[in-house]
Amino acid sequence: MRKQQLSQPAAEEAVVLASAGPAYWRRISELLPGQAGSEIPSPEFPPEIELWEHEPSRRQFLTLMGASLALAGIGGCTSAPQESIVPYIRQPENVTPGQTQEYATAARTGDNVLGLVVKSEAGRPIKIEGNPDHPASLGATNAFCQAELLTLYDPDRSQTVLRNQEIETWDGFLTSLKTQLEKSHANNGVGLRVLSEVIRSPTLRAQRRALLTAFPQAQWHEWEPLHNDHARAGMQLAFDEEAIVRYRLDRADVILSLDADFLTTGEDHVRHAREYRTRRTLQLSRTQAIEMNRLYVVESTPSLTGAAADHRLTLEPRAIEALAREIAARLGLEIDRPGQEHLADISAEWIEAVVKDLREYRLKSEGGSALVIPGPSQPPEVHALAHFINVRMGSVGKTVEYLSTNRTNSNEEAARFQNQTDSLQELVERMRQGKVTTLAILGGNPVYNAPTDINFSAALANVGFSVHLSLYADETSHQCQWHIPESHFLEAWSDLQTYDGITSIVQPLITPLYNSKTAHEIVAALLDNGTASAKDLVQNHWKQAGEDAGFDQRWQEALQKGVISDEQFPPSRLSLVGDLAQKLQAVQRQVEAEGEFTVVFRADPTIYDGRYANNGWLQELPKPFTKLTWDNAALISPAAAEEMGLASGDVVRLTLGDRSLELPVVVLPGQLKTTLTLHLGYGRKHAGRVGNGAGFNTYILRTSDAPWFAFGARIEKMGGLHPLAITVGHHDLEGRELIRAGTLAELSHEATPEFMASAGRPTDSQSLFPPYPREGYQWGMSIDLTACTGCNACVVACQAENNIPIVGRDEVARGREMHWIRIDSYYRGEQENPEAFHQPVPCMHCENAPCELVCPVAATVHSTEGLNQMVYNRCVGTRYCSNNCPYKVRRFNFLEYSDFETPVLKLMRNPQVTVRSRGVMEKCTYCIQRISAARINAEKEERTITDREVQTACQQVCPSQAILFGNLNDPQSGVSQAKHNPLDYALLAELNARPRTSYLAAVRNPNPALALLAKQ
Amino acid sequence: MPQVFPRQMNVIAQVSIYGAVFMLAGAIAIGMFVVRSPYVTEAGVIREQPVPFSHKHHVGDVGIDCRYCHTSVETSAFAGIPSTEICMGCHSQLWKESEMLAPVRESYRTSTALHWTRVHNLPDFAYFNHSIHIHKGIGCTSCHGDVAEMPLMWREKTLMMEWCLECHRHPEQYVRPRSEVFSVNWNPPSNQQQLGEKLIGEYRIQKLTDCYTCHR
Repeated sequence: MRKQQLSQPAAEEAVVLASAGPAYWRRISELLPGQAGSEIPSPEFPPEIELWEHEPSRRQFLTLMGASLALAGIGGCTSAPQESIVPYIRQPENVTPGQTQEYATAARTGDNVLGLVVKSEAGRPIKIEGNPDHPASLGATNAFCQAELLTLYDPDRSQTVLRNQEIETWDGFLTSLKTQLEKSHANNGVGLRVLSEVIRSPTLRAQRRALLTAFPQAQWHEWEPLHNDHARAGMQLAFDEEAIVRYRLDRADVILSLDADFLTTGEDHVRHAREYRTRRTLQLSRTQAIEMNRLYVVESTPSLTGAAADHRLTLEPRAIEALAREIAARLGLEIDRPGQEHLADISAEWIEAVVKDLREYRLKSEGGSALVIPGPSQPPEVHALAHFINVRMGSVGKTVEYLSTNRTNSNEEAARFQNQTDSLQELVERMRQGKVTTLAILGGNPVYNAPTDINFSAALANVGFSVHLSLYADETSHQCQWHIPESHFLEAWSDLQTYDGITSIVQPLITPLYNSKTAHEIVAALLDNGTASAKDLVQNHWKQAGEDAGFDQRWQEALQKGVISDEQFPPSRLSLVGDLAQKLQAVQRQVEAEGEFTVVFRADPTIYDGRYANNGWLQELPKPFTKLTWDNAALISPAAAEEMGLASGDVVRLTLGDRSLELPVVVLPGQLKTTLTLHLGYGRKHAGRVGNGAGFNTYILRTSDAPWFAFGARIEKMGGLHPLAITVGHHDLEGRELIRAGTLAELSHEATPEFMASAGRPTDSQSLFPPYPREGYQWGMSIDLTACTGCNACVVACQAENNIPIVGRDEVARGREMHWIRIDSYYRGEQENPEAFHQPVPCMHCENAPCELVCPVAATVHSTEGLNQMVYNRCVGTRYCSNNCPYKVRRFNFLEYSDFETPVLKLMRNPQVTVRSRGVMEKCTYCIQRISAARINAEKEERTITDREVQTACQQVCPSQAILFGNLNDPQSGVSQAKHNPLDYALLAELNARPRTSYLAAVRNPNPALALLAKQ
Repeated sequence: MPQVFPRQMNVIAQVSIYGAVFMLAGAIAIGMFVVRSPYVTEAGVIREQPVPFSHKHHVGDVGIDCRYCHTSVETSAFAGIPSTEICMGCHSQLWKESEMLAPVRESYRTSTALHWTRVHNLPDFAYFNHSIHIHKGIGCTSCHGDVAEMPLMWREKTLMMEWCLECHRHPEQYVRPRSEVFSVNWNPPSNQQQLGEKLIGEYRIQKLTDCYTCHR
């Protein structure tokens, strides 16, 4: 096999001229002179890639083809296989075979808790949705939650208790633990330590209290690699008190984000996205004055929130603090302003305009205010400054709510607000001294993701008795004596509380697939109650003391609604410390840079901190902007890449202090010249078959004193090329401008703004074919590009709903990824700081569908309801349809991508959707299975399908409600109204394909003062 | 140059040319016949079952309603195969010593499920929903045949797509009043055409022939 050369030609990116070129672009190479609107179409498959794993000779090919044809003929002579039906022995009361059920539960990813409703078919969870009654999810979820389904059914999950990598039993563990704990009972638990992930479960919190009461000398540590230590420290700095901060984006008229990607990552981002949208929806009746909130984002690396912003500025990490100080000073805080030199690139007018907006920009809707959100990576001072600005703007109680924590148990709360890094360091120090005799690690993977300087792995060897509970036998499990398989949340009883107090019961959808345990059961075992079930533990926690007569009813109601308490914690009255200015002056960080680069560490947008490394859906999900799959890379600016002669895929050695790592670079427009962004979570050794060996472990560069930014990095080109599977340019639309974006000002002042000037919809049909009858339901979709944040949730939701296979890294490199909906990213402006736009592209369901005309076997035909139908059992795989599709939304099963063998994966599939085999074309169906189900329900009730009764999977998952689907014949339906919005346009309307999916142009609300500034 | 072929070769040539046409037509006809034959469609083939359950006895002689055992036929896509408990509801009292019913008792006692052989088996890419057909006035026997006369179960119809489409295109010929859906004795009346057209209006029957109606 020849070596694959996957990356873009180096020369192309090395010479870049930013001035010439199209208004919108997707790849840097498009900005090259002569490339704009190139007449040479790019081939269907990247030419530099081998299409065959083992290319056959002509003779072999003919032999195989002949044999295949003959065998296919013989195969047609057999009759259908015999199947059996296995009924229940005793049918459960609420189960109707063939009908799905829905159960409410909740899930946690890092800090973020979401309420869920999970669909179950014959006892198997098959789809995860958000719980509309849960205030933190409001019916939506994110890509991580969608992909949890695959994690549940992952055949690589740990299946048995291990002791020193040998199979053991739970009872064996209990016996061993009992012996170990005898000493601890005698000495009050000296040397007993528990290390868990962040605790969001009230029951586990109570168990921790019980454990620390039983063993007063024991200690409990929490560690999340993506921790909020700085936010906590900033809170202390500003208020000298602890409180929870809840941002109310639905009341924010002007928002300044200081390196916070609040729309797509971190605590509560699903609700943030929904709330942010409420002040961004245009009610475009011409009589009404139109208005929308305004978002400024100052960030150290391009983020999706930055892409959604009206004004985005990429700054050196240190400059963000300088900017925060500058703004605070202009708002009246007499404060030292070091680091002014970092602000050299920002004009004073820019800062003045932002300050003015923070003070004055208010919408007509009542109750709005300004809001400053600091990012978790920013130092505590920035958080304190943000608190100051919010207080000064009078935003407390409007856009910022400070919630008091439950102070019933001060010890517990102290632990809750513990600085995780310090806590972990203290633990490791004790471990190194050999003073930790018993260590229980509940979830997490500290061997892999603890700061590299504290060397958790080496210290772990000094622990006498160590046990690790986790979903996979991972890096930490391999270094612990005992490994206990952890129950997935869909198999477990627990409870979860969001940061602001909304509490849900986690109820299992399926009995554990393997002999797994929950953290509750491990802690109970530590308390000598190894036989307690998690359900009893959770129930006992929620039972009131003594006889609780109403408990059963309350329990059932909580399970049914999915929320025990939807009230957030009570507000906390805080006042800024009087000497805030002095406190902030006292801090002077030593950041002497030797090298030229600042490294920015970020959670991976698809596999988070590495916990989803073995999840193929997330591995194959193209990352925002870079569209990189199955890998991570150092993200480098075009300018720096040009200077160093680097192109995407070139391997560099990144040196940071005395540590170094070789990894490829990816050139990212909008990245600052002096920074390199590294995503965490890759380079796993014991993730499983999917995650092992993918990407590079950037944790080895991350230290406890520089968890987010590391200064003084150097890179040198190594000369090698690492093939990257990047999907930019796959399903390419040959440089046609499919995205439309304009400003609120244009909309307000012009009858037909310039960006909507060209025909967005075909006028009269100029087809040779008679028009389709438009009776009954006529389905259509509208996607609001103003609302879309490009978060990728729809891509994974579609994958889960429609049994879409993953194809693997090599096949992605060949352009054969199977996603039915893709997110195209477009840039506008210069590559140093371009505006970015996202456009989800599913099948357009054209009324005059070009694909239908060319199918020789009528495998793709039109339905009476306007759907472009793909009939798998007719398809013979000519791929003419895909060839003729102007939107490039059809996907072909070149190989047998679906796994028909692994038993556990069969449980996962949606039984309402055919699992496709090789040789078959497929594409978005508008979730026809959901339409059919709704139709049957409506017909049985003798009514028509109501608006929003059918929600496509992509629509349902969308946190910002960018997608609308419904009946175009119903003038009241949301989608009909969206189609009458003046911003509505169809892609490639000039082709007269009359797509049923159309878009609402992206509208931004830039500050007119700054627009003027830019022109000067 | 003398003739290479003798004169009678003309006849052979003519016969073989015409013969080839007939043979081709014959081969096609045989092919069409084979795919509609019970060998391929499995219509009329009696299936071995773990218990020789007789619909003739239970439906014809005893008169048990279809829904007593096929409980979800009105609510779900799947009509439902009776749980062992349903069998034992009667057979813990009747024929409780019968040798024939030993597997049923065994199943109930040991909580191991009975494995019935599927008689009506649609391909995986065809999605059928019982409840909506029942609701629209399609009787059980229209598809499953006169089960009251089947001692052991077989597939009455071919379940080929042309058979489905025949009814989807001309439902008026098959629809019956809702009150008669579960009747095993119902025969189309002489005025079926008028009745059918009336019921189509009454039951809001649509002639759904889009591919996506069944395939997805």
